Amino acid sequence: MNRRHLYALSALLIASGLSVAIYKHRVLGYPLLPEESASLWSIEGHLTFERHTVGPVKARLKLPHDPPGFRILREDFVSRGYGLTTEIVDDERIAMWAVRRANGQQSLYYRATVYRDRAAGELPAQPPFPEALELEPPFNEALAALLDTVRAESADVATFVSALLKRLSLPAADTNAQLLSTLATDDFERAQLAVTLLTGARIPARVVQVVQLLNSPHTVDARPWLAIHNGNEWLFFDPVSGASGLESNLLLWSWDSAPLYEVDGGIGEKLEIAVSARTEDALSLAERRATARDSAAVQYSLFQLPIPTQAVYEVLLMIPIGAIVIVFMRNFVGVKTFGTFLPVLVALAFRESRLISGVLLFALLVSAGLAVRFYLERLRLLLVPRLAAILTVVVLLMLFFSLLFHRLGIVTGLSVALFPMVIMTMVIERMSIVWDERGPMEAIKGGLGTLVVAMLAYVVMGIDVLEHLVFVFPELLLPLLAGFLLAGRYTGYRLSELARFRALGGPAK
Amino acid sequence: MLTAIGRAGVLGINRRNGDFVMRYNKRSLYPLVDDKLITKKLAQENGIPVPQLFGSLDTPRDIPSLNDLVAQQQSFVVKPSHGSGGDGIVVIDSHRGRRFWTCGGSVLLWAELAHHLENTLGGQYSLGGHPDRVMVEYRVKFDPMFNPVSYLGVPDIRIIVFLGFPVMAMLRLPTRRSGGKANLHQGAVGAGIDIAYGKTVHGVIGNNNTDEHPDTGAAIGGLEVPYWQQMLSIAARCYEMTGLGYLGVDLVLDEHLGPLMLELNARPGLNIQIANAAGLLPRLEYVQQHAEPALLPEDRVAWIQSLVNDRTAGWQSG
Repeated sequence: MNRRHLYALSALLIASGLSVAIYKHRVLGYPLLPEESASLWSIEGHLTFERHTVGPVKARLKLPHDPPGFRILREDFVSRGYGLTTEIVDDERIAMWAVRRANGQQSLYYRATVYRDRAAGELPAQPPFPEALELEPPFNEALAALLDTVRAESADVATFVSALLKRLSLPAADTNAQLLSTLATDDFERAQLAVTLLTGARIPARVVQVVQLLNSPHTVDARPWLAIHNGNEWLFFDPVSGASGLESNLLLWSWDSAPLYEVDGGIGEKLEIAVSARTEDALSLAERRATARDSAAVQYSLFQLPIPTQAVYEVLLMIPIGAIVIVFMRNFVGVKTFGTFLPVLVALAFRESRLISGVLLFALLVSAGLAVRFYLERLRLLLVPRLAAILTVVVLLMLFFSLLFHRLGIVTGLSVALFPMVIMTMVIERMSIVWDERGPMEAIKGGLGTLVVAMLAYVVMGIDVLEHLVFVFPELLLPLLAGFLLAGRYTGYRLSELARFRALGGPAK
Repeated sequence: MLTAIGRAGVLGINRRNGDFVMRYNKRSLYPLVDDKLITKKLAQENGIPVPQLFGSLDTPRDIPSLNDLVAQQQSFVVKPSHGSGGDGIVVIDSHRGRRFWTCGGSVLLWAELAHHLENTLGGQYSLGGHPDRVMVEYRVKFDPMFNPVSYLGVPDIRIIVFLGFPVMAMLRLPTRRSGGKANLHQGAVGAGIDIAYGKTVHGVIGNNNTDEHPDTGAAIGGLEVPYWQQMLSIAARCYEMTGLGYLGVDLVLDEHLGPLMLELNARPGLNIQIANAAGLLPRLEYVQQHAEPALLPEDRVAWIQSLVNDRTAGWQSG
């Protein structure tokens, strides 16, 4: 009963801790490893035009709208003096700038920051099947013949489309295709031609516009792409090569082939799209993403705390990790230490002073303190004043070592202010009692045990990945808690007992 | 159990704490054994023989009264009421004026003794450094039969009592290394005792086997502990007295007074298994499974003794 309760509680803790962490990692994208970076794309659309006389201007720019495979993290518009509205018309999102009096060179900017998210994006509803269409002769005959050939070569809509596109891209191989391809002169027209041909086969198709996300100093142009609906889902094809799919660096900007921009009242309008890649700490990206989603995870995130408080928690959250070492060394290995969690505190002090100088300092302080303690013993002081005296001596010794290290040019000695002096005092006091009562061997054994466990705790607490994990996913301390609960019911032998009782483990009885 | 000591039924610390101490010893009962003054009072009320208490010192102001307490006594013992492992105990063999001779033969001046008492009262020997009290009590004149196998100090007998049944026992013999103290971790010799007959079987120092006393050279095995039946009975009665299910009972043998209960321990050590060359687990489990809980102390002792004689009972083999 008791045990079942414990197991149920542990399972609950593990499940809740892990599920929150997995949610934060999978959905919000909190990185599992430190220094993980994510790629962000900055896209800038720069619309320019001129107006030679003073008068009203209206400009329209299509904006990416839930593009498949990407999420928009942030967008902003720069347009001095213009009124701005955005609206959604059919599947398009459009920014409309308007100004009553404009003159000269005009510049409008649209900036968006997007990142890759495979699951993102909203696709338009399934379109109706198109009506069969009639072309003028001789194209009509060529169309029918070409469709027949392609149909014979394909199994379903997807293979049909790519077979058709392949024939159009290599017109020399097929006289019908050759004839039809004379209708198109550039990529947009070729894509439009493909749509026409597919309409002939009663396959819903449309030309969409994509922008390739490439880190280049040059501006990029919107390119035509084919979106075909096969009755179940949208399929994408490169109208030029016939390759299927929407590559991971293609941002679908518009769901139709009409120009991305339109200006009323200006001339010489031009849209330049510039793209640049930006790597950002995956952590801050996740934070911003969670903020954008208004997730509770971010409201209760440690990153909301002031930086100095965060720094404190960075240390505090590592204490349970140090406690793992203690539990392991004491209950499973059986190492003797002074005080239960004293080694963790010493390990924390090592974080300030680095390991080598920390160990040296520990050894110096304890041995100097012990010497003083033995001297004070001869003065027959009462316990509490004696402890106070040792504490004072420890502080003075620290000061002395810091000054000494400073003179010797060893910088590390100065950063030991956090060395837990009260705790050092207790170590010295306990060690000296053990020394008196049980002999120097026991005292040194305990002191070494404390030191070894502290060093081990320091090393474990210094593992970057662990530090990152507990800070970004503090809920992981719940499974850890479950681990401690379970360890609390470990009634097996300690490693040291195998040696201690080895005389009894001789020949099995 | 996969390990060799597991097959031997050795009880480890984790198991002792988790499955026995925590399960059978109620936390609220601990003060009964942790404070030796309470233990002593309780024992007197229950008719369990203990070394006579001359008095106690509660604050440093009481220290001068020590002289009055021991004025009529040639020898006496001062011990911290909350001490553990024999720490802080001073045995005074004789005293005259402001000089005190310890059983080791060295002289303590009054100031030194007073300082020790002040430290003890300040909590130097109590867990957590809490203020403590000092007991001043009768110094046991131990039975000369143990002379060949002790060096200074008082040999004592530890009996593990589980649910009132004495399950394992050992004789602890002070050595030069242990400074006259009968604690195994301080270097005393431990000798296993046949629980039914009170005969020593085998000895250990630390974790190593030994057949003779390191200082006197006398054989350790084969000693018959006198008053064994009485000792078992005292040990068994401590269960009713404290209500603690897993208990270590420490006894000494006085030349004139017979067996006296010295102190009780709610977390008795595990070295007794080495001294007996046997694990505790089979015996504890046997008691868990077969013992009748409602028996009187004497009947419990008799039951255990009958088991040892009855090879078919499966007591020792586990």
